Parts: sequence; C-alpha cells; structure tokens
Amino acid sequence: MERNLTCILCPRGCTLNVTVDGDNVFVTGNSCPRGRYYGEEEVVSPKRTVTSIVRVSNREDVMVSVKTETPVAKSDIFTVMDKIRNASVTAPVKVGDVILTDVCGSNIIATKNID
Amino acid sequence: MENHDIVIIGGGPAGMAAAVAAFDSGIKDVVIIDREKEVGGILRQCIHNGFGLHKLGKELTGPEYAHHYQLEVEKRGITVCADTTVLSVTPDKVVTATNTCGILKLQAKAVILAMGCRERSRGALNIPGTRPSGVFSAGCAQKLINCEGYSVGKKVVILGSGDIGLIMARRMSLEGASVEAVCEIMPYSGGLTRNIVQCLEDYGIPLYLNTTVAEIHGNERLTGVTIAEVDERRQVKPETKRYISCDTLLLSVGLIPENELTRGAGIGIDPITGGAVVDENRMTDVSGIFACGNVLQVHDLVDYVSDEAEIAGKGAANYVKGLDRAENRVKAVAGNGVRYVLPQRVNTRGGDTDIFLRVTAPFGKVKFTVKSGDTVIATAVKLRATPGEMEKITLKAAKLRDVDGDIRVDLEEM
Repeated sequence: MERNLTCILCPRGCTLNVTVDGDNVFVTGNSCPRGRYYGEEEVVSPKRTVTSIVRVSNREDVMVSVKTETPVAKSDIFTVMDKIRNASVTAPVKVGDVILTDVCGSNIIATKNID
Repeated sequence: MENHDIVIIGGGPAGMAAAVAAFDSGIKDVVIIDREKEVGGILRQCIHNGFGLHKLGKELTGPEYAHHYQLEVEKRGITVCADTTVLSVTPDKVVTATNTCGILKLQAKAVILAMGCRERSRGALNIPGTRPSGVFSAGCAQKLINCEGYSVGKKVVILGSGDIGLIMARRMSLEGASVEAVCEIMPYSGGLTRNIVQCLEDYGIPLYLNTTVAEIHGNERLTGVTIAEVDERRQVKPETKRYISCDTLLLSVGLIPENELTRGAGIGIDPITGGAVVDENRMTDVSGIFACGNVLQVHDLVDYVSDEAEIAGKGAANYVKGLDRAENRVKAVAGNGVRYVLPQRVNTRGGDTDIFLRVTAPFGKVKFTVKSGDTVIATAVKLRATPGEMEKITLKAAKLRDVDGDIRVDLEEM
C-alpha cells in the first residue's frame, strides 16, 4: 500500500510518501525525524491532539482552555469531546493542571491560568 | 505627564516579545499598554495547538504560548497597563490613553506599535441579501465559543479558507455543529496545507474553490445562503447558483492591520501590507516609532511575530541608547511574482539582514533573486511558494556593502 500525506506537525507541511509492505513502513519526503514518525503512525494508527474548553463553575462566563496531554486516536476524538463537554472545574486553575484523568489514554490538562 | 524610555502599544505576542527584547537589550523602563483585561491578545482565543514549534521548540496551544511570554514579562518586572485604551500617538512620542482612572499621558523616548489586526467584515464584501443574525466573522465566533462558552450555531457555512476559517471549521465540528461547506473565491486556499488536512479532511468537510456566497437569506435568523462558482474575473456564474440551508455563516475573508494610531502619528503606510513602511530595525518613517507583528504585516505564524517583535524591541532599545543612526539605507522593492517585501528600507552597512516576502500566486519550484542593479545579492530556491506562506531570504552583510541602489526581489519559475 502506498499513500501520499501532508505532514501536519509543523507549518512547513511536507508532502510524505508512505509505503506499507507487511510490517515495514517506509516514509520519504520528510524534512525531519518527526515527519518520519508522523508518516509511520498516520498509516497505522493516526492520532490527534484535541483542544477544547471546560466551564469554570465558580466564575461567571469564564471558560478554561484545555488539551489532551498526549495525542489520542483519531477515532476517539468525539468520545474525548463528550467527556470534556460534561466536565467543569473550580478556579483557581493553573496551566498544566489535570482536569480529567485517562480519557482515551490521555489526561486532559488546562492550557490557561484562571485566578 | 509620565516619562518612560519605551512605551509599547498592545500586549499580544508582538508587544510582549518586543518588551522582553527591549529589556534584555538594556532598557529597563518599558511599559506595555493593552486595552483588554489580560495580555495575550488574539492568542487567548486560539485554543488549538501548533504554536511555538519554531520559536520555542515545542508544540503549544495559543494560551500556552501567551503564558510563556507573560511569565517572561513578569519575571523582568515590566509594567503592564491593562484595561487601558490608547487614543493617540504623536510624532514626538506622546502617548495618550484612557482607562477607568481617567486620561494618561506618557512621554516616551521610543514607541513600539503592536496593535495587531482586525477582521474584514460582511460590509466590505457587499454580499447581497437580508441582514439576519447568524452572520459572524470567524474570529468573533472563535472568541464567543472559546472564551465565553457560547454556542454560535448548528449548521454552518464558512466563506474564506484562510487559517482562521479552517480552524473554525474544525472547532465547530468538535462542538457538534455540522459544517456544510467552506467556500473560497480564489482558485487556491489561503490557509496552510496542514490545516486543510487536519481541519477539513479529518472531518470530511468539503472545500469549494472558485466559489463564493452570492446571497444571504433569512429574516430574524439566517436560514440559508446561495453559493455560486465564479469566473476568472471573480464574477458569479448565475447558472451555478445553489442553495444551502444553514443557521450560521462565518466569514474568514482577510485581516486588516489596525493602523488608526499609526496614521494619526503621520507614519507612512505601505498600500500592499496595510502596515507601516519600516527599515531593518522595524522603525517607521517617524524617528523613534517602531512597529511589529500583525499591525505591520499579517503573519501566518506567531513564531515569526515573536521574531519580528524581537527585532523591533532591540531596535527601539538601541534607539533609546543613541545607537544606530544608519544613513546608508536603500529601498527594497517587489519584482516579478512578488507581492511585497518587508522591510521596505535596508541598511547596507549593517549586519546580515533577513527580508520577508509573499508571492502573488501559488507556484511550484521557484528561484528568488535579490539584485541591486545588475549585482546579485542573494538567491534562494524553494520547492513551492504560496501566498499563504511568508518567505524569508537572508542578505549577507558582505554582499550588502557593495550595494548603492534599490534592492529588488524577483521570482522565477523553475
């Protein structure tokens, strides 16, 4: 199997050619080692970082931005979103605070300070 | 009247990076003025990831990138005057601002303009139809959703495929909305390829090129839009009109550098960039007033905003110290295939100088040639070049020394 992909890891957006031959995956067109890793993973089990917001229950109209600490399987994105949508948090919140643990294999962490 | 060495207008990524660079260049009396309650600027609503890979070597979300610089500003004890709106800047660097305490007047030795940009609105496009609610600029919808927690709509059409439009297509999908279409009047997307992949293809959202919104329907709330293909002259082809039912239309149709204060100070504006004309230190044609970030030229990457702001911050610090009175500047102008070049004036007796440019249309492999008269100063080969991605070419100090006329950048397809 052969696939042409655009690497999404950085704005350079290299065009990757990925060939799968049994258990072996060959990537060409990448400009950095991260691109090779992305190409390999994208054809086997694609992953994405999910970012969203969680309501701060003790502040009026204030949301804290959050992200998955590590990328999650692309097929789990909407499961992750459901969990995030139903969560709430109490201020103060600091960047890096864990909001939810182990959602589809990743913690959900805050990306903003709320005093 | 308060006296300060450097006053920075705007506390977004440009203002913060400029403040840090000015401080680290030895000028400790730096004040940042921002009209919002918190610094961070547009990054506060850009909750998606992909920031900082170039500049900080890690992948951050917008708020995290802002937080990084906010900590750097705090660590240096730089004064931030938040919730304060600047009303005017004079050529002799008096900054007048207002906040709940009244009117402030600050006399600066140098001013750095870092006010960012604003979105082009429906009014600028002359889209026919009614004026229902449900028509938002993409950045406005982004703020409502990401900062204030509102849901703006359930069935969405997006006009414009710049990065904000693409990011919002994904964001609306994640929030459970159905994004029916992204329409782009040009034959190519103005956004980064990676955003077409991860924001549209990942969610199965169609991108229609050479297509625009021809009419807006609905009385109270938007009920639908008519989309249509356009010809080479970007005129609607009536036979291609079709109706899409939707309750929300997001406009991602361009950003305009917010230069009202700049014009008020009598600073010269480049009609192409919409920002000030600057030299290699990002100083405008009014001595001691500098500009950086999206108020100078609309950037695609915040990392490059920070780089540009560091140049301006260092330039302003050197200006305050009485260094840099270069008088050997030549013009840098855009040639074939190049839309604009920045900085527009370059010191030929300085160090290595990076010039930034955008191309006029998408190209495959191209060669850029930087010349003064018949002398070649630099060349650069790129595998592809698109208007959505800013290009950088380094001019070596040794080559610049031989230059005594205008510099011109041309593109040649290979």
